[in-house]
Amino acid sequence: MPEQPADVRAGNFREVALGYSMEQALLEAGRCLQCKVPLCQKGCPVEIDIKGFIAKICEKDLDGAYAVIRETNSLPAVCGRVCPQETQCEGNCILGKKFEPVAIGRLERFVADTFMAKNACETVTGKQECSMERDDRKVACIGAGPSSLTVAGYLASKGIKVTVFEALHEPGGVLIYGIPEFRLPKSIVANEVAAMQELGVDIKVNWVGGKTVTIQDLQQEGFDAIFIGVGAGLPRFLNVPGENLVGVFSANEYLTRVNLGRAYDFPGYDTPTYMGKNVVVLGGGNVAMDAARTAKRMGADSVSIVYRRTQDAMPARLEELHHAIEEGVAIKALCGPIAFNGDDKGNLVSMDVQKMCLGEPDESGRRSPVCLEGETETIPCDMAVIAVGTRPNPILLEATPDLELNKWGYIEADPETGETSMPNVFAGGDIVTGAATVISAMGAGRRAAMEIARRLL
Amino acid sequence: MAYKILQKQELIPGQTSLLVIDAPQIASKAKPGNFVILRIDEKGERVPLTIADKDPEAGTITIVFLVVGKSSAQLNALQQGDEILDVCGPLGKPTHIEKHDTVICVGGGTGIAAMHHIAKGHHEAGNHVVAIIGARSKDLLLFECELDGFCPEVLVATDDGSVGHKGFVTDLLQKRLEEDKSVGEVVAIGPVPMMEAVARVTKPFGVKTTVSLNSIMVDGIGMCGACRCTVGGETKFACVDGPEFDGQKVDFNELKARLWQFRDQEQESMEHYKKECTCGKH
Ligand SMILES: Cc1cc2nc3c(=O)[nH]c(=O)nc-3n(C[C@H](O)[C@H](O)[C@H](O)COP(=O)(O)OP(=O)(O)OC[C@H]3O[C@@H](n4cnc5c(N)ncnc54)[C@H](O)[C@@H]3O)c2cc1C
Ligand SMILES: Cc1cc2nc3c(=O)[nH]c(=O)nc-3n(C[C@H](O)[C@H](O)[C@H](O)COP(=O)(O)OP(=O)(O)OC[C@H]3O[C@@H](n4cnc5c(N)ncnc54)[C@H](O)[C@@H]3O)c2cc1C
Ligand code: SF4
Ligand code: FES
Repeated sequence: MPEQPADVRAGNFREVALGYSMEQALLEAGRCLQCKVPLCQKGCPVEIDIKGFIAKICEKDLDGAYAVIRETNSLPAVCGRVCPQETQCEGNCILGKKFEPVAIGRLERFVADTFMAKNACETVTGKQECSMERDDRKVACIGAGPSSLTVAGYLASKGIKVTVFEALHEPGGVLIYGIPEFRLPKSIVANEVAAMQELGVDIKVNWVGGKTVTIQDLQQEGFDAIFIGVGAGLPRFLNVPGENLVGVFSANEYLTRVNLGRAYDFPGYDTPTYMGKNVVVLGGGNVAMDAARTAKRMGADSVSIVYRRTQDAMPARLEELHHAIEEGVAIKALCGPIAFNGDDKGNLVSMDVQKMCLGEPDESGRRSPVCLEGETETIPCDMAVIAVGTRPNPILLEATPDLELNKWGYIEADPETGETSMPNVFAGGDIVTGAATVISAMGAGRRAAMEIARRLL
Repeated sequence: MAYKILQKQELIPGQTSLLVIDAPQIASKAKPGNFVILRIDEKGERVPLTIADKDPEAGTITIVFLVVGKSSAQLNALQQGDEILDVCGPLGKPTHIEKHDTVICVGGGTGIAAMHHIAKGHHEAGNHVVAIIGARSKDLLLFECELDGFCPEVLVATDDGSVGHKGFVTDLLQKRLEEDKSVGEVVAIGPVPMMEAVARVTKPFGVKTTVSLNSIMVDGIGMCGACRCTVGGETKFACVDGPEFDGQKVDFNELKARLWQFRDQEQESMEHYKKECTCGKH
């Protein structure tokens, strides 16, 4: 797929991957073998009928292809961009055993982007206008991330009235405040959300579940079912000295300022952000990659990612890691943070890391990093971004004491239906599993939505 | 949905204003100590402001703010009838109100407004509330009458002595604590140096001291960590664990350093605004 050259894109926030043309899409779709037993579909958490939609592309029937995808996936333009396809559908594709797998994600993105401008209602329900068939039934979703939006999209297409309550001023969850513009343009998310509103979903922003409105309030107001998809936003820190120095950020804060607050457009937009010259990012996942690539685009001279394990053990999507390296992000593997050092005004000036090596494999077969005694390094830096994971956000949970939580503090939910310990209250996405993926959050949303529809219709 | 300004009062012209905002859902839930985060328009930043009062029947909340930079200047340019794009809340843990014989509520500058709602909470719980308020001079003093409405005692200090005691609120507090053994808690809201000074004064008396931290915030719902502060050696998030904390345990030096983080950009923003603003005041 064509991309912006690395040296150009490292200086802008426009999307890196440029998308297929019709010819390219037809060529790629033509490679699909239309297997009798399509392994790709098994690898997809929402089990999109992959060969079905690819066949429609071959017939140049893009509306048809979109309808096939939408049967199981409410946010195809998003998934086509951010799913870890190499471990899911494409990882299973039979062609991948000998050659390159079919570029399923890119085809999905192509179909969704082409469709964008059209009437969502008609494509999904076959009718020009959506009528609420069961306006005596109403469902509330708390949080407007991929899990809730999936529930909303599915139920709305069945004619059930859905109201989504989002704490921030914009719906989309991590898709808006976390994943940067150059990977997932906001207009794409906005379009997917608009398609949902066209289906009759009511999205209320600035409503904090547990504060502005509680689960108990919603039950009293007669919502037949409630879905909780509030994500796992609370950032984890490292608990090493100097962590609260000025210049040390959580990835959430850094990305939220730049993305949700559009700090890349400062002073056009008012939200300021810190401009580090020498930036260190701690962590090895998608979040770390996004923070590092964002810092590069915000004008940092040097950006390095410090990670405890080896480069190939990084949990980030391969494509993102490669993009980061191409854009000039340095990877310092096998280094663990031990301290942040500040000047007398409390500003970060450097950090100390402990060099590691891989030890013997443990029971799981994974070789854990162990410290190389006495081997430390001081890295000069004026900004550090911590991207080492999240914890469950307490706001809604504290206000809902009846919700049963597991020992890590996430919501306990039935894996089949998503129902929590409170009847007709469902939950899914990162608030149940801990930080995971867009598509797994959507998978959970879909299972809960099917169960809710079964009970209400 | 935008939030309409029903009433605007310039308490100190060009410097401090009070807005009554139509926000029924927030008004029905707001408790003393809570705050809101608002965004004036599409391009605005998220600004945290304390709920200084509420009227659940009328469906309104009141905020009082000091003009310090671009966003607050922009907010101050709005008039009755104008709308604010986003108002999110009530956020933060409400004030923990216990039964005490006497509670002293110390407010400084704009902090008096925030303190007012908390003092009211203590009053409604049946506590004898002594208000100690201070400002640089007489015309910068807020809410004296409002506090008089329910506080049996309102003590005033001004830096220049234009009204009340000439000196700091901490002088009055010190004296009171020496004379009055019935004080169960001291609450302080105002500039960081004032809260720090209050904690220093109360320490030898061993009186419970609550301060409200105005750390820099982004989301206000615990997702960014911008507001983190060290309390008793532990990292806390002011927006979800606070904003009120035990004043004896707060690392004020760290708080001050973190409040300065964006100073250069804040100045740039203000310069930019002054050039563009057409209200004639800047
Ligand atoms: C920087 C970053 C990059 C990522 N990159 C990828 C990637 O490339 N591919 C991938 O598959 N996954 C990626 N992920 C993970 C993925 O985004 C998440 O797993 C997914 O978004 C989880 O969806 P969710 O619906 O559970 O929650 P979220 O997306 O977190 O949405 C939750 C929503 O609920 C709102 N909320 C929170 N509390 C309340 C409340 N009390 N009341 C009302 N609303 C509330 C939040 O504001 C938010 O909008 C990334 C995550 C981050 C942070
Ligand atoms: C919980 C809480 C309650 C508050 N209540 C009130 C109140 O009732 N009345 C009032 O006048 N002020 C209150 N503040 C402070 C108020 O939020 C800041 O004065 C305001 O954000 C300044 O914005 P500005 O653009 O005008 O100024 P800027 O030029 O952006 O900043 C000036 C100074 O304000 C502070 N500040 C800037 N941004 C923030 C932010 N996002 N969060 C916190 N502080 C910031 C910094 O110390 C900065 O140096 C409160 C802050 C918090 C955290
Ligand atoms: S496994 Fe690969 S070749 Fe087979 S149907 Fe799926 S995409 Fe086509
Ligand atoms: S303001 Fe973001 S965590 Fe408190």
